Order: sequence, then C-alpha cells, then structure tokens
Amino acid sequence: MATATEQWVLVEMVQALYEEKEELIEEWQPEPLVPPVPKDHPALNYNIVSGPPSHKIVVNGKECINFASFNFLGLLDNPRVKAAALASLKKYGVGTCGPRGFYGTFDVHLDLEDRLAKFMKTEEAIIYSYGFATIASAIPAYSKRGDIVFVDRAACFAIQKGLQASRSDIKLFKHNDMADLERLLKEQEIEDQKNPRKARVTRRFIVVEGLYMNTGTICPLPELVKLKYKYKARIFLEESLSFGVLGEHGRGVTEHYGIKIDDIDLISANMENALASIGGFCCGRSFVIDHQRLSGQGYCFSASLPPLLAAAAIEALNIMEENPGIFAVLKEKCRQIHKALQGISGLKVVGESLSPAFHLQLEESTGSREQDVRLLQEIVDQCMNRSIALTQARYLEKEEKCLPPPSIRVVVTVEQTEEELERAASTIKEVAQAVLL
Amino acid sequence: MANPGGGAVCNGKLHNHKKQSNGSQSRNCTKNGIVKEGQQNGKPHFYDKLIVESFEEAPLHVMVFTYMGYGIGTLFGYLRDFLRNWGIEKCNAAVERKEQKDFVPLYQDFENFYTRNLYMRIRDNWNRPICSAPGPLFDVMERVSDDYNWTFRFTGRVIKDVINMGSYNFLGLAAKYDESMRTIKDVLEAYGTGVASTRHEMGTLDKHKELEDLVAKFLNVEAAMVFGMGFATNSMNIPALVGKGCLILSDELNHASLVLGARLSGATIRIFKHNNTQSLEKLLRDAVIYGQPRTRRAWKKILILVEGVYSMEGSIVHLPQIIALKKKYKAYLYVDEAHSIGAVGPTGRGVTEFFGLDPHEVDVLMGTFTKSFGASGGYIAGRKDLVDYLRVHSHSAVYASSMSPPIAEQIIRSLKLIMGLDGTTQGLQRVQRLAKNTRYFRQRLQEMGFIIYGNENASVVPLLLYMPGKVAFEACMDQRHKEDQRTCNGFTVMRSIYPTT
Repeated sequence: MATATEQWVLVEMVQALYEEKEELIEEWQPEPLVPPVPKDHPALNYNIVSGPPSHKIVVNGKECINFASFNFLGLLDNPRVKAAALASLKKYGVGTCGPRGFYGTFDVHLDLEDRLAKFMKTEEAIIYSYGFATIASAIPAYSKRGDIVFVDRAACFAIQKGLQASRSDIKLFKHNDMADLERLLKEQEIEDQKNPRKARVTRRFIVVEGLYMNTGTICPLPELVKLKYKYKARIFLEESLSFGVLGEHGRGVTEHYGIKIDDIDLISANMENALASIGGFCCGRSFVIDHQRLSGQGYCFSASLPPLLAAAAIEALNIMEENPGIFAVLKEKCRQIHKALQGISGLKVVGESLSPAFHLQLEESTGSREQDVRLLQEIVDQCMNRSIALTQARYLEKEEKCLPPPSIRVVVTVEQTEEELERAASTIKEVAQAVLL
Repeated sequence: MANPGGGAVCNGKLHNHKKQSNGSQSRNCTKNGIVKEGQQNGKPHFYDKLIVESFEEAPLHVMVFTYMGYGIGTLFGYLRDFLRNWGIEKCNAAVERKEQKDFVPLYQDFENFYTRNLYMRIRDNWNRPICSAPGPLFDVMERVSDDYNWTFRFTGRVIKDVINMGSYNFLGLAAKYDESMRTIKDVLEAYGTGVASTRHEMGTLDKHKELEDLVAKFLNVEAAMVFGMGFATNSMNIPALVGKGCLILSDELNHASLVLGARLSGATIRIFKHNNTQSLEKLLRDAVIYGQPRTRRAWKKILILVEGVYSMEGSIVHLPQIIALKKKYKAYLYVDEAHSIGAVGPTGRGVTEFFGLDPHEVDVLMGTFTKSFGASGGYIAGRKDLVDYLRVHSHSAVYASSMSPPIAEQIIRSLKLIMGLDGTTQGLQRVQRLAKNTRYFRQRLQEMGFIIYGNENASVVPLLLYMPGKVAFEACMDQRHKEDQRTCNGFTVMRSIYPTT
C-alpha cells in the first residue's frame, strides 16, 4: 500500500506523462499529402486530342498523322466495329453494374471468351475489364510468397506490379539473354538439391513478353520452351504488343515461331492495341485459366467489361479472321519505315524490323536524363508542327525497376500509306538534324 | 408481433434490436447477446441525427447448425477426395498436362479443397449470365448442370422479366437504349470505342477534360481526375500518394482494391476495428507519440483509408468522428465512395452530404462510376495540387489506357441528370425514391424477422443466412418462382460467400 506522498508522486508522474504526450501530438508535423508540382512539369500539360484518336488526329488544335496511338490494325474507326458496338448499346445500355459473379456476366462476355479461345486455339479464355489489370492480377493468382519468378529486365510496368503483389522471389535476367537465364536456373537447381523438401513445393515461373514494349524486340521463345522442360518452370507470356501483329493469322509469337500453344502455360494480352477496344484477356488450358475465376483480383472484385466494348472486340476479331492479309501488309510497312529511319545522325533505332512499335533513342546521351528528355521533346514538338504526331515513351522514373533510356516511340499502323511513311521519315530526319546539331 | 430473434414490434418500429448512438458518453450495452460500444471520444460533434445501425448476432441454435453444416461439408469433402484419389470416383476437374506431370504442382491440394468440395456444390448461384440491360427487370439465361455443377449447359430458354435485386444499379441509369441516350450514340459514332494510348501520351481526349470538370463541379471540390477502372483507381493511386516510411490505417473490412493499393505502396499498414473510432484513436495516438517501430522516427504521413458505404455489411462510415480525429492528429483521410456516391445524401453527393459536412474536409475523395452512374471507371477528387500531382505521378496515367469515349459520355449524361442540368428534376426524384425504397425495404424485412446488417440508409442490404445449406435452398426457391411466370415474377438476389465482395 503506497503512502500518501508516494501516491501523490505517482499521480504527478502520470499527469506529466499525459501532458508530454499531448505536447508530442501538438508538435508533430507531417509532410504535406502531396509535394508541390512545378507548373512547367512536362507531364502536367497533356496533349489534348479533340475528336477520335484515329489515323488523322487533331492534337492541341493541329491536324496531324497519328504515329503515336497503338492502333495497329486501324480498327479504331472501322464502321463495322462501331456498328456492332452500337447494336450492343441499343440492347444492353452502357454499364454492367456488377462484378462477374453478381449478374455482371452477359452473354456477350461468354461469347467473347469463346471466340478468343477458339481464335487462339486454346481451351479457355477469361476477360478482364482493364488491360493493365490483366497481367497484374494473373501473376499473383498463381505465384505466391516463396515461389520463384524469373523475369526479363525489360518487362513492362504491369508485370512489375503483378510481381510486387505476388510477394514471390524475383530473379531478373538480362534482356533476351538465354545464357543468363540458364545460369540463374542452374543456380536455383543447386539450391534445390540442398533442400529437396522445400524444392518440391516451390513453384517456378518464367515471365516474358512476346514483343517487348520497352525495347521493341521479340523474345526467343523456342529456347525458352527448351529451358522450360529442362528446368521444369512454367512460362507466362505477355502478348499485348504481339497479339494481332505477329504470325500468319495474327495469333502472336507462338504462331510466328510455330510453337505448340499448349507448351505455354498462360498467354495474356490486352485488347487495347490490335483489337481497338478496352480490356484484356488471358487464355490457356482450363486447368490454368479456371483458377483465375476465383482468385484473379481484377476479375472477382471489379465490375465486368461494358457489353458495347465486348461487342466491339468480337467484331474486331471477325475482321481479323476474315482478312488475314493485313498482318503481312503491316509487316511490310514496319520494314519500310525501319529501313527509312536508319542512318539519322544523332538518333538510333531500337527495335526489330517486324515490331510495329519501336523506339528512337539518342545515339549519345548528354549525360543528364532531364536534358535528354528535353531534347527529345523538342524533336517531338517540331514534328508535331509539321503534322506528324509522335510521343515520347513515358515512364515513372522513380518506380521502374530498370528504367529504360528516354526515347521517342514510333507506331506503325495499317492505315498509314507509303508516302505518309516516307514523309514521316524525312521529317524526323530533318528535325533531328536541326535540333541535335 | 414477436419475431423469432426475440424483440417486439410495436407501432411498426422494432425495439431492442437497434443500438442508437446519440452523442452521449460511452456506454456498453448488452442486450440479447449484442455488445455494441458507444462511439464517442467525449468531444463535441457536428452531427446530431440518430445513427441507426444494427449488427445483430444470430441466435445460438443458428450458430450451431452453421458450424455443423460446414463441418459435415468438410468431412464429405475429405471422403470424396479419398475416393477420387483411389479412382473409385471419376474426377471431373481439369488436370495437368501429361508432359508436365513432374513439374511442381500449380495448386496446393489444400488451397483447392474449398473450391473442389464446398464451392462446387452450390456453384450455380453465381456467374449467372443475363441477356438484357441490368434494369429493374431483366432476362436471365437458363442454365442447367448434368454433372452436379462441374459443367453447365444452356438450355436456350431465357427467363424473362425477373425482378432484379442483385445488380448495383442504384439509380436505374443502366438501362436499355432510349432517346435520351442519343448523345452516347453520337459520341460512339464520332470517336469509336477504344483509345489505344495512355493519358500521358496520346490518350487524353477533350471528352475526358469535360468529364473531369463536371465531376469536380458535382462533388463541389477544386479538381478531379478520372480513370478507366474503379479497382485500378485504388490500386494504382494509393502507391502514388504514400510510400515507405508512411503509415496507413485501414478499416478491418476494406475492399480488396484498397488492401491491394495499400500493400503495393510499401507503407506500414495497421488495421482498426470496423467503424470503431476508439480503436482508430488509439492507433493514431500510438503512431504519433511513438513513431515508427524500432527506429522511433516520426512517420512521414498518416493516411486513414475508409469506405463511404461498406458493401458487405451495409454500414455507413462514422464520418464526423473520423474527421474530428483526423484534425486533431493531423492525419489525411481517403474515402472510397464506390457504393455511396449517387446513392446517399439528399441530392446524391455522397457521405459528406449525408452528414452535412464540407467536402473539402476530406483530403482524397475517391469513387467509381459503375454503380450509380451505370458506366465503368473511377475518379479521384480533391484539391487542385493533389489532382495535379496525380496527373503526373499516377501509375494509371502513365501506363494504362484512358477511359473509352462512349463510357465517358454516359457518365456525363448521368451526372447532368442527377445535378438537374438537363432541365428536369428526374435525377433528384430518383435519389429521393432510392432513399425511400431503402428504408421501406429494410423496415419490412426486419418486421418479417430477418437479420439485416447495417445502417438504415444504406441501399446495400445484407440479409444473413448463415448456413451454407440455406444458400442452395434459396436457389431452388428462386428457380420455382421463375418458372411460375404466369402468376408472379421471379426475383433474384445475390448470395455472397467467400471470396466475393
């Protein structure tokens, strides 16, 4: 039993502690919610497009030829696609008002999944309502904490976010370098022999893109499949850029190399490039795809794709199936402009000749990224003045794992005529000469 | 009229099942097994209306039967797995390829136990395809299974005019095409469906600017930014706002998109009990006084993540108390109004209007256009410097495509309708009718003796069934009603079990 004085001291101490705590609360100053952004930040003032982002695009009031939107097959302003979307709008309205599990599944969605599975010659397909969310939800559905993922250094941001959400061990290998990948796989094999029990439950995945967005190069799929069977890892292939572009019928990089589609565990692509719609899909065997219907976050917890966009995608698929000749035409145009842009002093072309989206990087960097970005922006602005709409490839500098160097991205579409391609090439040449010398 | 849960109804009002918190000092109240703490922190508050929420507990025999149901289901699951392993029963599930049989299995056996044995039995309740607009009446495609839900087959028949109580179509704006939607037709024909570029590159259309200005005007804030997907709005913008060294205080029952956004940001996450301001205050005090764990350095910033209306409980956030707390401890508040924008408040402006507060008091107002506006996509609104920062640093603006033009036009049309800018009072009438319908429906269900969770003003009504067996029985009753088209319209509601939201 404490004496009266001791009790009084205790009470004083407690009171003093309480006051101290109140003082701490008063004094604490958090950072502002957002740091101020300078008014002339290059990313703050977007290019405003008035009207449709089609072949002839009106940017900031000026009419230009579009070399910036990923409209590879020119389906953005195709009248058949618009008519199909209109028919769907008349029947279903616009929104679906619910996720797929809660009366958000329309017959159009089931139809689209069916058509995509048939087109890609796989068992099943699943659609997402946003392109970015497709691969970012697919990876964490299969790969969990403790699993190992081998991913290319030039993987796009959506794959990086999917990997971050999965909490797995990530091993980066040099871009398109199969020897480096084999080295990593061998190291993992040695680790496995040390701890066979753990190795029996650790899943391995290799995540690659068909055509890389950041470099315009194609992945060496035949060697990857060999490595897959040798080291028992599963392959996830991201085909956003190569779906509807590569291959005789536009089925992507598997058709381009003639690889059996069952050898790839999961193919994911977004419908925003070749199919001129919004959303994305994954296709593969039912064993793999069905799992995403309960554990794909972007599928279960998000509203389904509006039916008019699904109908537009179905019509775009119809058009792709009816004219398989457009893929050869696109390839020819890519080759043409690739050749025409070689030999510009100061700029080098990064990307393969069959990639419709490639980059123009500075041959010699000035040393500071900001300076490079400013130079390239100068080139882009001047090209815009001469009616060629280009854009720089945009990245979040602080968030990317392996930040690519600044570049201008050039996109080739089927709608561009040969003389427009020649004109673009010569304009870029002149402007580059003027700015860089 | 007494109801089986206990409690009497008199004068049409149900007594002793509701806990009314009206601003007096904290008191714990235990009635019929409910313990609900009063939620005050002793400070004067700005909201004097009664908050009527109820989270009644089930009677004991219901709990016992529920656990028994799950237990029996699990036992049968083990039995069936055993039979399948030994080949006595045919396995209908898809299997791994022959060539890949020696790979590490893609799914662990136990992960799929729930899916294979419990979910498969009642799988036909979900993913039901419809073939008309999700209006108040819609058409459901008939679907049967010949092998106990492993595969489905469409009979080709369409069950017409089913009363829709399952779609989140609060204001009825997702409806079949009519003349008022002519602007959407024009935009579709002019702009097409896709955009094929990101906001930073060539994907910002004039339609997006128009939409953003209108959203800012609707919410009465300085600026707003729209994104193509509601889920992605959360998961891609929370990492842009907070990072390592920051603290996120997130409600227990937050949506998967908020949880994913918080995880991707890399900040430390602490959970407070659902809608419990005392739990939140304790966490805030500890955070400010003691700082980061181990290093004891001060936190860079503290962000509180709450939702306006919680979809699985039907409760409304206690916004006035949380704003008082946020002001005292200098934290930032992020409110996700996916289910409350357009549905709550006298003119449909969301929870800030519902409580009579100034929208500038909430730092980040986020919402989606899927539910009340009948489109898809999300927005973030607030002060101009916040929105400018997001324009530059949001992951979605740099890497993901922008919203499709006809969708943007539908949202513009809906906003104009709700705000009354099209010259009619139809929007206001819809909002008021929704509020009336909600209260009436909840009251009637409670009178009939069902256990309903949540606030009396929330339009999402969770009706607790508890036992998994009842879920399947409901479906059976559904079917019967639907077949009897001549005498009554079938109706359809949504049953939720894990992992839905």
